[in-house]
Amino acid sequence: MPLSAIAFETESTPADAPAITQQSVATLSNIAKHYGTTKALDGLNLTLRPGEIVALLGPNGAGKTTAIKILLGLIAPTSGAARVFGSNPREAITRTRVGAMLQVARILETLRVREHLDLFRSYYPNPLPVADILRTAQLQGLEDRPFSQLSGGQKQRVLFALALCGNPDLIFLDEPTVGLDIESRRALWHQIRTLAAQGKTILFTTHYLEEADALANRIIVINKGRVISEGTPAEIKRIGGSRTIRCRTRLTKEFLETLPTVTQVQRHEHSVQISASHAEAVVREMLLLDETLTNLEITSPALEDAFLALTQS
Amino acid sequence: MATTAILPNPTRTAAQTLTIYRKETKYEFLKLMRTRSFSLATIGFPVMFYVLFGLSNRNSFTGGIHIAKYMLAGYACFGLIGATLFGIGVGLAGELAAGWLELKRASPMPAPAYLFAKCASAAAFGLIIVSLLIAIGTAFGGVKLSPIEIVKMLGLTIVGSISFASMGLLLAQIVPANAAPGIVNLIYLPMSFLSGLWMPIRFMPHWLQGIAPILPTYHLSQLMLGVFGYADTISRTTHWNALIGFSLIMLGLAWLVFHRKEQNS
Repeated sequence: MPLSAIAFETESTPADAPAITQQSVATLSNIAKHYGTTKALDGLNLTLRPGEIVALLGPNGAGKTTAIKILLGLIAPTSGAARVFGSNPREAITRTRVGAMLQVARILETLRVREHLDLFRSYYPNPLPVADILRTAQLQGLEDRPFSQLSGGQKQRVLFALALCGNPDLIFLDEPTVGLDIESRRALWHQIRTLAAQGKTILFTTHYLEEADALANRIIVINKGRVISEGTPAEIKRIGGSRTIRCRTRLTKEFLETLPTVTQVQRHEHSVQISASHAEAVVREMLLLDETLTNLEITSPALEDAFLALTQS
Repeated sequence: MATTAILPNPTRTAAQTLTIYRKETKYEFLKLMRTRSFSLATIGFPVMFYVLFGLSNRNSFTGGIHIAKYMLAGYACFGLIGATLFGIGVGLAGELAAGWLELKRASPMPAPAYLFAKCASAAAFGLIIVSLLIAIGTAFGGVKLSPIEIVKMLGLTIVGSISFASMGLLLAQIVPANAAPGIVNLIYLPMSFLSGLWMPIRFMPHWLQGIAPILPTYHLSQLMLGVFGYADTISRTTHWNALIGFSLIMLGLAWLVFHRKEQNS
């Protein structure tokens, strides 16, 4: 990804800041939301710019869904200000330009896909044509199926389709791919990218790190109701640090631990796993000392590791 | 695509609003009709009971009262109240629990359209049930009804549906969705029995008869019986006041619960 490569080199510049100045589509400023003594959100700040795909990443209970609900005006913050298209999201009029996919157990099971769309389209002043919705959500051929007779992936796509009915400029997707198989998940990613290419702004929550990595221009990591890190997927990964080397070698654990930049060595039955920030230097040394070394493999830190490093600190 | 932060003001025209109300109602009705556990039970039970207990009394007369006709009023109330409590109480509880209502609230749907659709659909089911009972009674029960009586019965069906809709709104919010059908039955069935909807109240033990006037079902049934001149000695105004008072209390409580939940959410 060239954009993240640039950000990687010039680390002083903020994450993929576009050259042109853009107005924000939605902002949360210093939002707190308390349920009794529990702080769901604790001084959360968030800005969405036009046309970007932003991932709100965090463990369960981090406050992701609460943040989305405040942006949708479904709940009021205890303190702080929420603005969507310059208005208060609690005002119904703001919702005509917003689409939402929430975590819904089920929707009316006996209604057909076409009927669900017909009803939701009627709520909006300028709805998207049914054919466009069906195509974008890949529901062609399923129009006359009752919701109850759809597979899990198809049901999720119907919920996605409902979010598109009003031809919104801003779309919130709360855990959009939860429970989907990998194929359906990738298909939905493709559809989300298509929407962003049309200039729509998308905020989605996920605890699938792979999803945030693959889909988002920008990741906002939140935990315990606060933003703990923000940046491109590449930037977030770098925070996680070292790379991992796996191989079969005669070299002992004790010796490997003395090599430069090695932070951790784990010996399994047939292989060792070494964590080091300068993997090349370590591997060069190992190859020199052990000509029997086989099955060499070097992997970059998964976003998962970065994420764990961030949220556990 | 030009992205501006200024919100255009797409005020909805009256025609668009009307369309939303129409579609919301149409799909609510379709949903109820296609949910067999609802449509078969709410239409089937009053019809079956009336066929079993009402038609067998086609030739029974006591003190100028035709029992089959008397029971027509009772089962009409039983049917319309069932449709309303199950359609709104159980239906709304389920939609709240599943997150469906929240998704609709995140859309620009006007909230009154949703409530209107629920009430109108419940009333439509009430009208279907009462019309079926009238047809069965007149065709097989020897019941004679004037056109005015039929119109009054159907009018009271709508009134009754709206009145008990308020109770449905309250129940939906305080009862857990998976227990809702059971709890509604626990309230609805004893209330129907004690108000004389199943059998004329005068045939019940005296001490049980004393309970009836505190039940809203009783006042609705007395208004229905009043159409035939079969009502008790309590004045019609009292029955109306009781029914209106009950509806307002239920609505008030429903609003309070809703407001408290909204503040805590």
